Amino acid sequence: MEDRPYTLIAELTYKCPLRCVYCSNPVDFAEHKDRLSAADWKRVFTEAEDLGVMQLNLTGGEPLLRGDLEELIAHAAKLGLYTNLITSGLPLTRERLVALRASGVDSVQLSIQDVDKVASERIAGRESYEHKLAVASWVQELRIPLTVNTVLHRENIANVPAIVALAERFGADRLELANTQYLAWALENRDQLLPTRAELETARAQASLARERLKGKMEILFVLPDYYSDRPKACMTGWGKRYIVVTPDGLALPCHLAHTLPGLQQESVLERPLGEIWNDSPMFRAFRGDDWMEEPCRSCERKTLDFGGCRCQAFALTGRATATDPTCGLSPDHGLVERARETAAQLISVDRLAPKPGGFRYREASRASRAPR
Amino acid sequence: MIIPEACPRLSPKAKLRVDKKTGQKVLLYPEKGLILNPTGARILELCTGERTVAGIVEVLAGEHDAAARDTIRTEVTTFLQRLFDAGLVRTEQD
Repeated sequence: MEDRPYTLIAELTYKCPLRCVYCSNPVDFAEHKDRLSAADWKRVFTEAEDLGVMQLNLTGGEPLLRGDLEELIAHAAKLGLYTNLITSGLPLTRERLVALRASGVDSVQLSIQDVDKVASERIAGRESYEHKLAVASWVQELRIPLTVNTVLHRENIANVPAIVALAERFGADRLELANTQYLAWALENRDQLLPTRAELETARAQASLARERLKGKMEILFVLPDYYSDRPKACMTGWGKRYIVVTPDGLALPCHLAHTLPGLQQESVLERPLGEIWNDSPMFRAFRGDDWMEEPCRSCERKTLDFGGCRCQAFALTGRATATDPTCGLSPDHGLVERARETAAQLISVDRLAPKPGGFRYREASRASRAPR
Repeated sequence: MIIPEACPRLSPKAKLRVDKKTGQKVLLYPEKGLILNPTGARILELCTGERTVAGIVEVLAGEHDAAARDTIRTEVTTFLQRLFDAGLVRTEQD
């Protein structure tokens, strides 16, 4: 099939009231200011739709921080895009949710960090839990299709049945149990977040039972962490094949972290039409096809299935963006992942004997600051 | 359950549109899409929430081949049950 985008991921701002310890924004997020006006974003949506995009994810950071969000959603609705608002629920009032619905938002994805206040706010780095519960009740009351998204890690992976129960209480259409992927801020906190294989398998079995029980009522997704997959995932379903990410400062990218890879020329939607960037830019062409691959990917029969895995993970762990994703059991660098799993397992046993609070590096504008507020 | 008396309709989270690159009808839902063949698209057009599954089968039998009613019934039921299980089609009134 021809490479064409189906989904535009519009990162409207990297600003966010939360400071989640696994945030997928780049660690230098504060260097990327909001540079696109409402008119710029609307043009980007129009250009994306011309390329074949049908799905629009409005995300960030926290997209609600854009005062012109309603205007952007109304434009997307006019284009017939399926608009999914991906939010922490802060800051949001019932009145604004009514306005967002009137603008034509198709679904809301709300993040819930855990099933109790203390644990949730320990991960989010600020008071937020009760407000999220209120937001969930408004979404339900206003009959907006709801996805609950919970990022799983060592501290909440035992709570899968309770997370399912909470999502049921919210009347969610969909529950995304997404294990942390160890990039960006999550990589900074990997030793404190990575669960054991046994914990992961228990959670997976619980999710399967719930999926069967709730068939037709609530869709349940369980996303495995790359660190426990034998073979890598097809990251973004292949570089420059289906997705376009546009960052708050206007960079058009094949994935959320492509601007962290060195040596790739970054191009902005403020300087070039999206279609040209998609088709011709060095950024989008860099890892299309398989010419760029190293061994063992190059001669691997799975290369058309997983495309060598995640380029950003390969770079983050090995320093080479062209390397086989080290989460692959065939990668010569797979030992890096095995050692991370062993370290996590050792730390867990120490932690369980003498639990110690803190220790996370919270998402912060300055790299120097480590202590939670 | 997709039984003959059920009145299926699209779930609020699902939306039909035409893929302008291919001309095919697509059923969109959060972060995904299902490419529909012409029969699937026609079945979903008939899912008004008021017409029964049996009624949908009758319409399609009229449009195609009344003698193939049993085959059509099986196809319609299988297709709608699959979408029902995925939460994309509902039958209860809410």
